Amino acid sequence: MTALTVPAHPGEDTSSRTLPWRRMIWVTWRQHRVTLAAVAVFFGGMAGWLWVEGRALHHAYAAAISCHPASSIACSDLVNAFNGTNGFLANGVILQAVPPLIGAFVGAPVLARELETGTFRFAWTLAFGRWRWALAKLVPLAVAVAAAAGALSVLLSWYYQPYFAAGNQNLLLSGATTPFFPGLFDLRGVAFAAWTLAAFAIGALAGMLIRRVVPAIAATLAVYAGLAFAAGVYLREHYLTPLLTTNVNLNLPTSAWVISQWWTKGGRTVSPSTMEQVIQSTLDRIAPVLHSRTQKFPTYLHALRYLTQHGYTQWTRYQPASRFWPFQWIEGGWLLALSVLLIAVTVWLVRRRPV
Amino acid sequence: MNVIETSGLGKRYGRTWALRECTLAIPAGHVTALIGPNGAGKTTLLTLTVGLAAPTAGGVTVLGGRPPGSPAALDGIAFVAQDTPLYKNLSAADMLHLTRNLSRRFDQPFAETRLAELGIPLKRKAGQLSGGQQAQLALTLALARRPRLLLLDEPVAMLDPVARHDFMDSVLAAVKGEGEMSVLLSSHVLTELERVADYLILLSRGQVRLIGAVGDLLATHHRASLEELALTYLRDNPREVAK
Repeated sequence: MTALTVPAHPGEDTSSRTLPWRRMIWVTWRQHRVTLAAVAVFFGGMAGWLWVEGRALHHAYAAAISCHPASSIACSDLVNAFNGTNGFLANGVILQAVPPLIGAFVGAPVLARELETGTFRFAWTLAFGRWRWALAKLVPLAVAVAAAAGALSVLLSWYYQPYFAAGNQNLLLSGATTPFFPGLFDLRGVAFAAWTLAAFAIGALAGMLIRRVVPAIAATLAVYAGLAFAAGVYLREHYLTPLLTTNVNLNLPTSAWVISQWWTKGGRTVSPSTMEQVIQSTLDRIAPVLHSRTQKFPTYLHALRYLTQHGYTQWTRYQPASRFWPFQWIEGGWLLALSVLLIAVTVWLVRRRPV
Repeated sequence: MNVIETSGLGKRYGRTWALRECTLAIPAGHVTALIGPNGAGKTTLLTLTVGLAAPTAGGVTVLGGRPPGSPAALDGIAFVAQDTPLYKNLSAADMLHLTRNLSRRFDQPFAETRLAELGIPLKRKAGQLSGGQQAQLALTLALARRPRLLLLDEPVAMLDPVARHDFMDSVLAAVKGEGEMSVLLSSHVLTELERVADYLILLSRGQVRLIGAVGDLLATHHRASLEELALTYLRDNPREVAK
């Protein structure tokens, strides 16, 4: 920009720098209070519902775990009752929808609605300044939705506790056996709040880029789904180097997250298809031996034992259940960093992008 | 002091130049009419002046040499965009509150008195006001900021003739009351401008065709009225006007 003439009142620029941030508090509250109230009602309703369903689940679990003797028919009925309680919530799929909905309906409209209706021409030409205006809207809203999600995730962690409690490995309980179970890992601990925050940030940026509310909502849902899928399927297993063990089925706790398994013989990897044939023939071979003893049918475990004794080694890469919290913090950490980055980019675009 | 100064100012959207090689200076203390056919670059010039967009070429300064969008520029310029965008779900009182919070100066008593005189209820939502009332509310918000430069983009395009007349009266009254305020008013509606404007910029196809005090321009071109001058000029120079 070329300065064509000297300012008439040079002193004015320095005396009138910026307006205080607190001026935006009322504005953000007034313009988003309906949305925030809707979020509060939505999360409150969900909390009440989870509380009712969770009490039923916990009661069923307490009954199943305290039953003696465990082998009795009465006890197996109780285990079945627990397994049948709230089956629709057991895999967590329904609750996975909460963060993207927040991103789509709270995050995406913040800037998209201003750009779509043209009100940004009013707001951005006031003395407060446009990038500060954007920051003063996005940060409080982001904190609010993350805090609400954090509060709800305390309840979610409590709800899913029975599936991961120490005692149930001896019971025939269904549901998740590892705390890394894909649908449930990101509902518990700090991950749920972090994913909600990231969804909000994705929505805000989508709104700024697309400038239309409905397409921005659709884009937010799509991008979030892609990110959540990629994180669950490709990324999460690499947070920490997996542990490596042999003879897995003999000594690996069922709570471990098995990443991959393969066989070797004499230092060379055996292909899965070959191994399948080997195991099948082993089962056939050891059947008569076992039959003469106590058991009627040989099990897979017997075959593995036999193969291990005859030069085969089964390797397993896995994440132990004890890494649940480190993984929670790693996931929470990168999602927080991503959210900060996305909001920063959004604010930068508000400042720089020509309209 | 010049309230707006541009040199070689240009703005390109995609492959189309909305404004090109625009060099002009508007001295303070005038009501300037920015006229020209649709697509002449009027809105682009205002958008650049208020700092919503950055130029592709050249430069523009406001209020005696300040860059558009700088704190001092935002502080001294009130912009009423085309179709007077307001938050439709906010009441008039909330619009005053919002504007007061985000401005350095805001004359609340003036704004409330003015809305009362216009019969605009403070509690009514902006979206429920008539078009004329919305335009008046937007003008009130702008005037209450006590700007040194008031930019109005097609403020009367959507209004009926009575509302149009009333709006121009309001602008005129505000200018008379506010000794220091300059106004730049874009319009493709030539009637009504005669009463308020004493300075004229005629744009067509992204370039300045005429600029100067209305009286001087009329004398030079031997025309009786601003409307006649503009129409004649645009007719006599069809190549410049044709799309």
